[in-house]
Amino acid sequence: MNHDNRTPAHAPLPAPSAPLGTKAPAPGQLPAQGGGEQTRIHNIGYRSYDGPRLGRAYARRSLFAQSLKGAYGLGRSAKSKVLPMIIFAVMCIPALVMVAVAVTTKLNDLPVEYTRYAIIMQAVIGLFLAGQAPQSVSRDLRFRTVPLYFSRPVERVDYVVAKFGAMATALFILTASPLLILYIGSLLAKMDFSDQTAGLAQGLVSVALLSVLFGGIGLVLAAFTPRRGFGVAAVIAVLTISVGAVTTLQGIAWATDNLGAIEWLGLFSPITLIDGVQTAFLGATSSFPNESGPGAGPGAVYLLTVLALIAGSYAVLMRRYRRVGL
Amino acid sequence: MIATESLSKRFPRVTALDRLSLDIGPGVTGLVGANGAGKSTMIKILLGLSPATEGRAEVLGLDVATSGGAIRERVGYMPEHDCLPADVSATEFVVHMARMSGLPPTAARERTADTLRHVGLYEERYRPIGGYSTGMKQRVKLAQALVHDPKLVLLDEPTNGLDPVGRDEMLGLIRRVWTDFGISVLVTSHLLGELERTCDHVVVIDGGRLLRSSSTSDFTQATATLAIEVTDTDAHPDGTKALREALTAAGVALHAGEEEGLPGAGHILLLDAEGEETYDIVRDTVAELGLGLVRMEQRRHRIAEVFRAEAPADAERPADTHRPADAGRPAQEVQSR
Repeated sequence: MNHDNRTPAHAPLPAPSAPLGTKAPAPGQLPAQGGGEQTRIHNIGYRSYDGPRLGRAYARRSLFAQSLKGAYGLGRSAKSKVLPMIIFAVMCIPALVMVAVAVTTKLNDLPVEYTRYAIIMQAVIGLFLAGQAPQSVSRDLRFRTVPLYFSRPVERVDYVVAKFGAMATALFILTASPLLILYIGSLLAKMDFSDQTAGLAQGLVSVALLSVLFGGIGLVLAAFTPRRGFGVAAVIAVLTISVGAVTTLQGIAWATDNLGAIEWLGLFSPITLIDGVQTAFLGATSSFPNESGPGAGPGAVYLLTVLALIAGSYAVLMRRYRRVGL
Repeated sequence: MIATESLSKRFPRVTALDRLSLDIGPGVTGLVGANGAGKSTMIKILLGLSPATEGRAEVLGLDVATSGGAIRERVGYMPEHDCLPADVSATEFVVHMARMSGLPPTAARERTADTLRHVGLYEERYRPIGGYSTGMKQRVKLAQALVHDPKLVLLDEPTNGLDPVGRDEMLGLIRRVWTDFGISVLVTSHLLGELERTCDHVVVIDGGRLLRSSSTSDFTQATATLAIEVTDTDAHPDGTKALREALTAAGVALHAGEEEGLPGAGHILLLDAEGEETYDIVRDTVAELGLGLVRMEQRRHRIAEVFRAEAPADAERPADTHRPADAGRPAQEVQSR
């Protein structure tokens, strides 16, 4: 095989008398003999590619970007844009309303803390995750596209990191956007700049942690349910059942004056974990009954649990893709 | 292109490859073996995705154990199974795969358009893949393996599931990948017949061991066997017999033995076609006798016969037990696939 005589993909069309490169010209590829400019060659046969090959890191970035855009339906069918866009709007509209109210009535404080917003909107976040996590990973598994990635420079770790990163980033965009709206509104309403900035920073840290945690949980569930419908159901079920169980038990604990149990029960659902971490470390007001969120000591347990869940999600995904590779 | 040296792959319970030494040059090479002969294991090792138990392998001069990434950048792979998402168009899918191979966005789009055209997908490439026929899907699978202009493509059973016409088209396309595109091909198949037309070189593996490696022309000798079947007429109640006598009279050497075990085998004449004139003699003789010519087809010495010849040497396993698709059946089945 001789690559040298093939025409580079990006070279201008060869001059009519120049060798056209491929070994056996395609039918339409006749050497034009002195025809000059008017003899355009339409079927130029096979062109080889001598341009850059950007390798593994580029492929990983491309996969990340494609997955992130895909989470909002960009680059997909019009139908698949509907749900994420509606969810994004639903997520932001309350913030816009609060800002409008705050600006017109000249409030001194936002009606909601930055750290509280995501807790209030947890169902919306769960819905987004349930829709998009299966979309991101179930398709590749169900259509058995994964081996095509691993037969390329992309490796298992690249695939998992790109998908995990994209899901977490998509969730972060969803949860951080309303916080930014609140922040801009608070400045327009001439609230205290340093208070608001600190509040925003705390809120952003909290939703960043939430995004990575939820992203990991959603992807793990989706990666084990190749049928997309089951994936959606599994994510919704895990999120709602866990939080439902935790709040019910917390309510019972409160009603039975068992206040010590409340702060530990929060360890058993993702959103109450985030609530506990931000109560302990990010100056948030706990949404637990009686506001009896964890202090610094139990808070450390919360934080460690969150980090362990994130690391666990990553490890499970890596294992999962070891089994489906080629 | 590919060189292996006593390459072995053992799993806890089976030996997939057993001290396989190969040297495969540029061109189209067929890798033949029954299901479970070790073809897929071989491809995994060549892509650097599965470490060999012992021995070594090189692809494009790169060691698979240490340069897997560099190999996968310059090698294309078409899996045997379905691997296409149903809900995106061929263009979107192949562009994405091109980028996964490291092509910059613009180049990925250009190469996708070129490659899809070369494999024969035109307007339909903008429609979702879910609506494609099996033949079109196979073309998309081939396109994603070629889009980054590899030096070598590994095609795993590319004709699986295709009808006879689709098979012929796919085989023609594979041939062009080498002759027109200059990309070497390693194609696996369990059907021997289709490889003799497509490949320059055929490697036969069985139970992880090398059974034979040689150029296709060695397998299939130059002289072709012609199979002829004619109708009976009122004038010649046994048309076959009449033709046999007439051809013998015309000096054409007929095979003594007839194909056995097939319906209608007694009505098929086999003869050696020594050149163009044999075809003319047959045509003229049939016309003179006023018979209807049902079939006149080439029966080359098929690769399948290699198995029959070599099987006795492979005493522990007779060929028929593990290659029912080809060896067990006479040649016609393979031919009329």
